[in-house]
Amino acid sequence: MKNRKKSLAEFFADRWALFFLVAEIVFFAIVSRGFLTPRGIQIIFFFGTSVFLLSVGETFVIITGGIDLSVGFVMGFASIVAAKLIVVFTESGMAPAAAILVGMVLTFIISLLPGLINGSLVAFLKVPPFIATFSMIGISHGVSELLIEGVPAKNLPHLANVIGNGHLFYYARGKGMSIFSRPELERGEHVLELLPNIVIITFILIAVFSFILKRTRYGQHTYAIGGNVDAALRSGINVKRHLVTVYMVSSFFAGAAGVIYMLQYVTGKADAGAALLLDGIAAVVIGGASLYGGKGTIWRTILGALIIATLETGLRIRGVPTFDKYILVGVILIGAVLVDQIIPERVEEE
Amino acid sequence: MGFLLEARNVTKTFGGLTAVDNVSIGVKSGEVLAIVGDNGAGKSTLIKMISGVYSPDAGSFYFDDKQVKIEHPRDSLGLGIETIYQDLALAENLNVYSNIFLGREQTKRLLGLIEVLDHSYMYSESRKILERLDIKIPALKSKISTLSGGQRQAVAISRSIYWNARVLIMDEPTAALGIAEQRKVLDLVRSLKQHGIGVIIISHQMHDVFSVADRIVVMRRGQKVADTKRDETNTDEIVKYIVGAETVVT
Amino acid sequence: MSKSKQEPVVLSEYEARKTAVVLARNWAALFLLFLIVVFSFSGGAGFFSATNLQNVLHLSTTFLILAAAQTFVIISGGIDLSIGFVMGLSSVSAAKIMQILHAGDNPVGMTILIGMFVGLVVAVPPGLVSGILIAKYKVPPFIATLGMWGITNGITLHICEGFPVGFLPQLVTKIGNGFLFFILPGKESWMLIRPDGLSGEEIRSLTRIIPSSTIFVVVLLLILWHILHNTKFGQHNYAIGGNEDAALRSGIHVRRHLIIVYTLSSFLAGIAGVFNVFQTGIGNFTPFTAMYELYAVAAVVIGGASLSGGSGRIFGSVIGVMLIATLENGLSISGVAPFYRFIAVGLILILAVTIDQLFPKLISRRAAA
Repeated sequence: MKNRKKSLAEFFADRWALFFLVAEIVFFAIVSRGFLTPRGIQIIFFFGTSVFLLSVGETFVIITGGIDLSVGFVMGFASIVAAKLIVVFTESGMAPAAAILVGMVLTFIISLLPGLINGSLVAFLKVPPFIATFSMIGISHGVSELLIEGVPAKNLPHLANVIGNGHLFYYARGKGMSIFSRPELERGEHVLELLPNIVIITFILIAVFSFILKRTRYGQHTYAIGGNVDAALRSGINVKRHLVTVYMVSSFFAGAAGVIYMLQYVTGKADAGAALLLDGIAAVVIGGASLYGGKGTIWRTILGALIIATLETGLRIRGVPTFDKYILVGVILIGAVLVDQIIPERVEEE
Repeated sequence: MGFLLEARNVTKTFGGLTAVDNVSIGVKSGEVLAIVGDNGAGKSTLIKMISGVYSPDAGSFYFDDKQVKIEHPRDSLGLGIETIYQDLALAENLNVYSNIFLGREQTKRLLGLIEVLDHSYMYSESRKILERLDIKIPALKSKISTLSGGQRQAVAISRSIYWNARVLIMDEPTAALGIAEQRKVLDLVRSLKQHGIGVIIISHQMHDVFSVADRIVVMRRGQKVADTKRDETNTDEIVKYIVGAETVVT
Repeated sequence: MSKSKQEPVVLSEYEARKTAVVLARNWAALFLLFLIVVFSFSGGAGFFSATNLQNVLHLSTTFLILAAAQTFVIISGGIDLSIGFVMGLSSVSAAKIMQILHAGDNPVGMTILIGMFVGLVVAVPPGLVSGILIAKYKVPPFIATLGMWGITNGITLHICEGFPVGFLPQLVTKIGNGFLFFILPGKESWMLIRPDGLSGEEIRSLTRIIPSSTIFVVVLLLILWHILHNTKFGQHNYAIGGNEDAALRSGIHVRRHLIIVYTLSSFLAGIAGVFNVFQTGIGNFTPFTAMYELYAVAAVVIGGASLSGGSGRIFGSVIGVMLIATLENGLSISGVAPFYRFIAVGLILILAVTIDQLFPKLISRRAAA
């Protein structure tokens, strides 16, 4: 690590995603009024929550060399389960806050199930991850439709909306700071809203799992399995069990995305995450992970997800049809892999 | 008999094929035993049984003269039997010290609660073991993918030794190496002997076998056809055993 | 390792297992027969009628074409995630051109031909680009075609602005929904296009025999089968999927081959898109929930191909498509709610791969030593 010479080009190539993000922000700041404001930046995160969550879960799976295609539909499934449970609880007389809390916790637990099945198929029956998780798309889609019978879940308590679209801090001139509750405003008064609740929930989850991946034995084993399954097996790692849990992490994050979608849009929809197949995987790959496994970090995935979320918000503020987002994400995805082909292997890990 | 590890009358069949047929071998502490034989002679199956990858259909194992069960890799690892396969079983995407500690990572408690990897401990312990074996690897934080073949072999060996291997099984340790690196690995094997470790080497290279082995076992068609001290034999004789003495005109 | 005295034993064991292996290999076909029998009982005449069976075929045409495209790619060791959206792109482009020309009162024949042509041409660049990225720049097929998934989808939505493209000449659907023979029992018969001016009564009693779409798709599949099984190109496809290095060293132009494979796959998706216009009379963009490309992969895998490349058959993929299509049709005719169909397809797919995982062991165990 001493006599390491890195050319300027390598330095940039290694951090291209970061520079790309900065360039993107500068570009939209120039062309879109209102983009580079506290509100604009919070919108990026607010609408990016699904991509952040799905891609972080996907990162675990991709590091082991697998893929999880089912996250979008597991997300839809979870949004419906959460909505249904909360409606049932409130109708049976539970206080809205308790109903939402219990409903969320139960949904988190239920959302482990698709991952358990995916992981068991992959680890024990040796079904290729692509096929196992595609089957899970059909199954979770079917079960979702079965649960709602074609009608989006409705009649959620108002509190869900308050949480889903509320912020942690509000500041209004003359009224001071308030937490969680939006102050009553006179006409013409402005309130500064800071830190959307769902963004906070999202990043708490991401921080916890980023820690697990980076600092714990569990994370180390995840990398080892992706790097060399045989080595992992022979060094005594319980590879099968580990793989099952990795797919459970992924579906847990899909479940979290579903719960947050439910809070945000106050409904549950089977296809809530159907369009996110590209975004979820693209964020991980743009972040530098390899589909062959062994590589990738949460921080870089977040960078990839931010590139996508910024693009989406930037285009939206600009009034450009969001179709263009798909084209650009496709181009950036391919560009990302091309850049990674050019960079030589980094010498150190940390 | 004084063997550290001994396999007595082990047999393994696959379907209708007998891969290893009633073979007994043993290795003493501080001894290098070479197992040689043609492709398909049963060498790999034999060591896979010793390392617990296959369980034998018949026969028994003794460690320190006590009968032991080896039915799973965990069993043999628990006894201090480490195996280095040809592919070395290193995770190329992880660095040197992470590989030495792979599967047995050292952790510490953060705030007395959360278990996290103890990188500095693993780093310094790895440094020590590499120094003890006189192995020179410049950066312990380098990924395995940046190392040479000999360096990788050295990492694999260090890993075994760090985990108190008493018997080290090496499958074709020099097969993929350049001349200079082959010598280094053989030097390393000799220094393992000094540390009192029993080494079992599988090799095709007669030169290697004769330069490090104390004893040579020849396998042919699943059976042990010779078990001799190196000083009491020569290359020609061993080759005759390998190809089948009856077909060689003497 | 081989021991000569043991060989007869091994061989006879192999013989004994051969039946099981043959059954396992063709389980999909057997399962299809089983489904047909089951649905004949549960769905009654509704399922097992010439009309319905022709209907299943007619509705599976685009699916068959996509699966054939995917078969080529999967055999070569890759995957093409973009074909679903390329199909949408072609469908929308062809329809858009027809719409514009039709609105300008151009001759119907010319309108349709130019529309078709444009629909086919736009399908070429996506495959060409994926192919170049994969073959020349070593971008993993999954990523290259996923990128193309986004790009073609975005372009498609741009062209149609998020709405289906309608107002096409009526002749379009007439051709697309034509049958080889239309027979008015005891009176008259027509070929390919249903005549105008029939009364409602007459239309109901009209007997339709063999959808034109089926004839077309059968011819197309035969050509593709021929390419895959009887030509150098097909041989090279298997060789590359089995061992790319070996293929390269034996002098096969791997790069050029792969570029052609992805272009072919994309072009076939274009044919499916144009077909879609003829069948529905409008240009349809591909919705996210459609997942045509993934269903195509499923059909190919059910048909016995391996995702790691080197194996697969057009006929197998056809069986895979028919299995999924029959399942969906049969369940719906038997009155099962549509949601169960998603679940059923998922389960069949898992079953398919599990069977493939379990049965090779029957033969490979003898080689374990």
